Amino acid sequence: MSWSIVSAIWRREMRSYFASPSAYIVLAVFLLITGWFFTLNLFKENLAHMRSIFDILPFLLVVFAPAIGMRLISEERKSGTLELLVTMPVRDFDVIFGKFLAAFSLYAVALLFTFFYPFTIITLGDAQVGSIIAGYVGLLLLGGAYLAVSLLGSALTENQIVAFILSFALCAVLAILVFAAIVIPPPMADVIQYLSSTYHFQNIARGVIDSRDVIYFLSLIFLSLLLASRAMIQRKFL
Amino acid sequence: MIHIENLKKLYGSFPAVDDISFDVARGEILGFLGPNGAGKSTTMKVITGYYPPNAGKITIDGHDVVEESLVTREMIGYLPETTPLYLDMTVYEYLKHVAEVRRIPANEQKVRIKKMVDVTGLADRLDQSISKLSKGYRQRVGLAQAMLHEPKVLILDEPTIGLDPNQIVEIRELIKTIGKERTVILSTHILPEVQATCDRVVIINKGKLVADGTPDELQHRFQGKPVIYLQLHGINPDDFAKINALAGVESLERLDDPEPNVVSLQISTEPGTDPRGDIFRLCVSQGWTMLGLTRKVESLENIFRSLTRTDPTAKAAGEVAA
Repeated sequence: MSWSIVSAIWRREMRSYFASPSAYIVLAVFLLITGWFFTLNLFKENLAHMRSIFDILPFLLVVFAPAIGMRLISEERKSGTLELLVTMPVRDFDVIFGKFLAAFSLYAVALLFTFFYPFTIITLGDAQVGSIIAGYVGLLLLGGAYLAVSLLGSALTENQIVAFILSFALCAVLAILVFAAIVIPPPMADVIQYLSSTYHFQNIARGVIDSRDVIYFLSLIFLSLLLASRAMIQRKFL
Repeated sequence: MIHIENLKKLYGSFPAVDDISFDVARGEILGFLGPNGAGKSTTMKVITGYYPPNAGKITIDGHDVVEESLVTREMIGYLPETTPLYLDMTVYEYLKHVAEVRRIPANEQKVRIKKMVDVTGLADRLDQSISKLSKGYRQRVGLAQAMLHEPKVLILDEPTIGLDPNQIVEIRELIKTIGKERTVILSTHILPEVQATCDRVVIINKGKLVADGTPDELQHRFQGKPVIYLQLHGINPDDFAKINALAGVESLERLDDPEPNVVSLQISTEPGTDPRGDIFRLCVSQGWTMLGLTRKVESLENIFRSLTRTDPTAKAAGEVAA
């Protein structure tokens, strides 16, 4: 892997996010929705904990990640810049990884803004710091996985809207699979449950960072990025 | 330098490029000619590694573009048909980004960018946003990008499209200058461009190669019959036979009189002959007043047209194949 290429791609994508209103809109909407659920919980229910945030965010991410990721490759394919990018001497995976890191950075910035909530809780009540940290680790992994899937969606089409819908559908399936497991007979149910992103997130958010859950997310990210690089351009694997 | 062997590229079942072979020598400027949809861009996309070929083999300096894609991509500078620009960047930012992705050493980047913007006349536009540039200037940015890493091979897909006549001349000169040290393939459907810049021409039509040679060679090979246009005053239609009897004259046809008392004739001659001198002497001896005498040889334009005509009787194409 060439870090100079990854970083060049990362910098371009970051500037592109912040050069247009898109990043600001996404950040604002993200904070508005999480803030709404947090304050509702805090003032209406008079509960000072992060549960509501950690319950709602996994489903918010199903929409949020495709919104961040949809333009990453489809836009370049449409404008013709992809043709330049992949005919330069770059490894396809480096390009994909740089783009993934850019989307992930934007997401991490959004998460950073939500730190306001746990700080409020810690000051108000006796929150368990460990479970909050675990929750955030889970959110990073879950968001990373959805962003990688969205990057794959973006690599499959030159239409950003189609990319969004495709990525949304894929993420939604991963998210709700855990509910399907309830109505499926036992041996299959375990498999279905294992495939569901929500299941692994809930495991981590409970406060136990198990390597099995981490491996699930990391392999989902890696597999999606690999498929995305193959979808971006067909050629002999390098 | 570039070796293309039995290249085939299908879009679904439609052969966009169908069994094309040709070579480009080091330092040569090759004009890649063909009507729209002939397969020029597709061929270029395969050379640059954007599309995988369905069959056949392309090597650049001995390296296969499929097997050693990273090596061949290193050697190529490419300007695609749609100029690949990031509109949210300035000219400088864009070229810097390309330099970084191409891993040009940081201490050389500025010098290279400076050199390229000087060559392409972009020096005063460096800090301008690409989205605000005109088509001609965008094309220059595309060219600067393609040459930034001083590639051995330049692949330019319709480099002068969208430029005004002055810019076209400038860019042609630029390509000629670059072409002295580098191997260039440039596609176009503008014929004067080929005659002005290229050492050699390859014409393709419907995915097949129909001609390959220097502009002069092609002109010579497809010359057909030179035609002489003659305008005379004071000739009697009965005397046409006297012209017809001259050596080299094949047939003669009277055109509409351009003005009263002026007879206009179109004379087909045998290839390789030029009976203009004999015609002149005949006119003098007969006392006809000669008002006009021109000889027309088939232009590259006509050759192009006859080779790439869509009707199946395109005879010239058959002759090349034979």
